Amino acid sequence: MARINLEHIRHAYGAKPKSEADYALREVHHEWNDGGAYALLGPSGCGKTTLLNIISGLINPSEGRILFDGHDVTQLSTQERNIAQVFQFPVIYDTMTVYDNLAFPLRNRHVPEAEVDRRVSEIIEMIGLGGRAKKTARGLTADQKQKISLGRGLVRSDVSAILFDEPLTVIDPEMKWVLRSQIKRLHKQFGFTMVYVTHDQTEALTFADKVVVMYDGQIVQIGTPAELFERPRHTFVGYFIGSPGMNVLPAQIAGNTAAIGSESIALNFLPKIKSGAKTELGIRPEFVSLGREGMPVAITKVEDIGRHKIVRARFADLPISIIVDEDGEIPAEPRVTFDPKAINIYADSWRVGEEA
Amino acid sequence: MEKTWNNKAWFMVLPVLVLVAFSAVIPLMTVVNYSVQDTFGNNEFFWAGTDWFVETLESDRFWDALIRNLIFSAIILTIQIPLGIVIALNMPKKGIGVPICLVLMALPLLIPWNVVGTIWQVFGRVDIGLLGRTLASLGINYNYVQNPLDAWITLIVMDVWHWTSLVVLLCYAGLVSIPDAYYQAAKIDGASRWSVFRYIQLPKMKRVLLIAFLLRFMDSFMIYTEPFVVTGGGPGNSTTFLSIDLVKMAIGQFDLGPAAALSIIYFLIILLLSWIFYTVMTTSDAQG
Repeated sequence: MARINLEHIRHAYGAKPKSEADYALREVHHEWNDGGAYALLGPSGCGKTTLLNIISGLINPSEGRILFDGHDVTQLSTQERNIAQVFQFPVIYDTMTVYDNLAFPLRNRHVPEAEVDRRVSEIIEMIGLGGRAKKTARGLTADQKQKISLGRGLVRSDVSAILFDEPLTVIDPEMKWVLRSQIKRLHKQFGFTMVYVTHDQTEALTFADKVVVMYDGQIVQIGTPAELFERPRHTFVGYFIGSPGMNVLPAQIAGNTAAIGSESIALNFLPKIKSGAKTELGIRPEFVSLGREGMPVAITKVEDIGRHKIVRARFADLPISIIVDEDGEIPAEPRVTFDPKAINIYADSWRVGEEA
Repeated sequence: MEKTWNNKAWFMVLPVLVLVAFSAVIPLMTVVNYSVQDTFGNNEFFWAGTDWFVETLESDRFWDALIRNLIFSAIILTIQIPLGIVIALNMPKKGIGVPICLVLMALPLLIPWNVVGTIWQVFGRVDIGLLGRTLASLGINYNYVQNPLDAWITLIVMDVWHWTSLVVLLCYAGLVSIPDAYYQAAKIDGASRWSVFRYIQLPKMKRVLLIAFLLRFMDSFMIYTEPFVVTGGGPGNSTTFLSIDLVKMAIGQFDLGPAAALSIIYFLIILLLSWIFYTVMTTSDAQG
């Protein structure tokens, strides 16, 4: 178990990156606490897997250093870093038995056979394949194979960190919950540093203490699920987290009022904005209330998804989503109000704070 | 679902049946025809029953040639399969090296058999051949025309040169189909180079290796053109394989009956051995 520091990591797959666009990872500078459970969240192609492979040593970064507990490991091999990693698609050694598959990482490290047996038996019970221990891994279903991959990642007790690269993609939704909670339990029990890559926000938010949101080769925000929800640092985080995502409306900011079209909204703070920046107002659908008072909207569609309704509307001729309680009424001449505490202001896509 | 029976469907296979009949069944039946009869030309035939088969199976000539064939195939397989695997493992996986290697590998396969034979026949000659002259000037007494061992070595080296590429290409195809994640997982699991080969690469190559093994066995067991061109079956009878013997018998001596019997026995041996190899290898595959 280790504290992991990434120091100004940049990575390009091409040999000679010329412009910023050639970098798959643009600049990552971050500390992962010892024993933390992190989720790395972002859309496909944003550099999550690249970052993970840099931590595990499968890829050498073009620039920057990686430290484990303060020691520079940038030049060390995967094996010397002592990292466990689980991949998106199941990797099994299909000529070996299920038991031998799980024992493989331990035997390669010359762990005494008694200890191997103890660890493997424990893991095999956890992934629920006890009955098949002596059978070959060939012919198992995709999710059983993935459980073996997962098991091989978890079987070593002395690892610096366990990295998961979208490990539950191929697993049934029902089993996903079971496995995720088992991983979580292991985390509590042994205190491994865990990094969990996913593009599924529910998975990220339920798994991790801290969620790292990546977008276009860089980390845009690191925070608890609540922080990501309430104070997205970047409009992307607003869109990406939440269902539906945050409403981001182009707005003219003057002092502490925001003007959207002909409507003006009072802010409860004075945003600090550089002149010339593109300014936007962000508000989550949960904090927009629909009623008979406020600013007029034109409703285009109502989606009833069971626990609540999502109202799609046009506000100052811009699309906006509003969440209404299941039994909330939708008036004939609808108007909206924004909760002032939940309004975020963005300049050039980045959230701005209060004027000092 | 109800299975539909429509006997008219047989008409669909008719063209293929006609083709196969002309290309395989009818010639084969002609051979069968010769093998059970005696003829002195003029289209006169006398029933001979199993006489030719008995005669063939009792002759030393047949058994000697068969043993030569088996030894030759065994040597070819023990060299070409491991060598092919080793070369395939060391071929580049990406970049400009890939097409270069593939073309170089494919070249020997594109050369006609008799040309390969001629190349080596000239290459090995002591008077004008590059190989023969070089060995002679190094003081090595090499002469494939006089020395049976040298003749064998020449044939084996020639066959390795000609056909190892096939094994390489098949193995390479198997290797490149392995996803990167396997190698990454192996690194994470701390697997040694040998373990990666034993538990990832070899199992993934198993199917193509089976094909390579069968193809190389059948081809080497049927070898004719190259020894015919290079050694003509000599010195003595030392490189007279079944196929060469067969041609000598049928065309040289015009013993059509014994030659036909030998053909059928030869065919059955290849069929039987291929079937045994295939069965053994696929069963072990199923048991894993």
